Amino acid sequence: MILLELFLSFFQIGLFSFGGGYAALPLIEQELIHAQGWITSQQFIDILTLSEMTPGPIAINAATFSGNQIAGILGGIVATVGVTLPSVIIVQLLAYVYFKYKNLTMVQGVIQGVRPAVVALIASAGVTIFMTAMFGHSNWPVAIDEINWVSILIFAVGLLFMRRFKASPIQIILISGLAGGLIYSFI
Amino acid sequence: MQTDKLYSTLFRSTFFLSMFTFGGGYVIVPLMEKKFVNELKWISEDEMLNLIAIGQSAPGPIAVNTSILVGYRMAGFKGAMVTVLGTILPPLGIMTVLAYIYLAVRDNALVNNVLLGMQAGVAAIIVNVVYNMAKRVVKQKKVIPVLVMVASLIAVIGLQVNILWILLFSAVTGGLMTIVDLKRRVHKEEAQ
Repeated sequence: MILLELFLSFFQIGLFSFGGGYAALPLIEQELIHAQGWITSQQFIDILTLSEMTPGPIAINAATFSGNQIAGILGGIVATVGVTLPSVIIVQLLAYVYFKYKNLTMVQGVIQGVRPAVVALIASAGVTIFMTAMFGHSNWPVAIDEINWVSILIFAVGLLFMRRFKASPIQIILISGLAGGLIYSFI
Repeated sequence: MQTDKLYSTLFRSTFFLSMFTFGGGYVIVPLMEKKFVNELKWISEDEMLNLIAIGQSAPGPIAVNTSILVGYRMAGFKGAMVTVLGTILPPLGIMTVLAYIYLAVRDNALVNNVLLGMQAGVAAIIVNVVYNMAKRVVKQKKVIPVLVMVASLIAVIGLQVNILWILLFSAVTGGLMTIVDLKRRVHKEEAQ
């Protein structure tokens, strides 16, 4: 039953994404692309792009969108509820413990330990995203003639804008979309 | 305060924040703070900082977690249900509509070109995010977090270890470090 599988997948994604929306990316990649084969790495980037462009938490956006892609409107609802439910349970448990004992040292210590690993996990999702954007796929090995030079150019300019001029993600997406629309349409 | 009014204000506040804020949790949470601490004056600054810290200690989207905490703080379980609905309904609606527009226009040549450009932009955003996060880990100037980061990177990319094992391993490391740290602090206090 696809809806149940979808719910369990997103419940797992919500349960193990420590450290905000980007932490969900490696889990979405592992679960939806590799384990279930529900989406391709191209769709994965499209999901991320649209999630960045729209208001609201990125993980929720990604869940609603991929749920819809996989199993229609009901799929979107099921995925969104699935990704949110662990938060609803765990956050209230933590809040209860906190208001009772005014102490979360151990929980926060564990989270501190997880953070560096999460950086590495996001980096690995980043490799998939980078490869797909530059080569059109994320499977090793890649050939030199698969490189999309326009993508390299947009990537480099985008990175420069963020590091030098503190451009926001939404500005980068809009500018790179405009650049893609112009360059590819006229070459 | 009347409970009806409390619930409706909780719902409206979280709904509008989620509806009109771009950029995810790191942008929504400060705005939530402004709303509930400065404008409504329901929660003190100190308590809000604690709620945000709890929200960051739990899994899941930070904006969702923080909104649940604000709801829970103001009106218990029911309050939490109201605020979580307020936070997830806008993206649920917007992304559902967008998913169908996407299906309809994905094969259009111009849309395809725009999305191809955006892919490179998104790659730049993620590289930037990872760079900033990694810098923060290195800046702590502690050996173990850097080791955990490098080991995780090798495990996930080189050895394709399941993500859940890596999270479990790093959580245990974090727990052990906390215990050692607490013991050390007790020793210091005894010595004084």
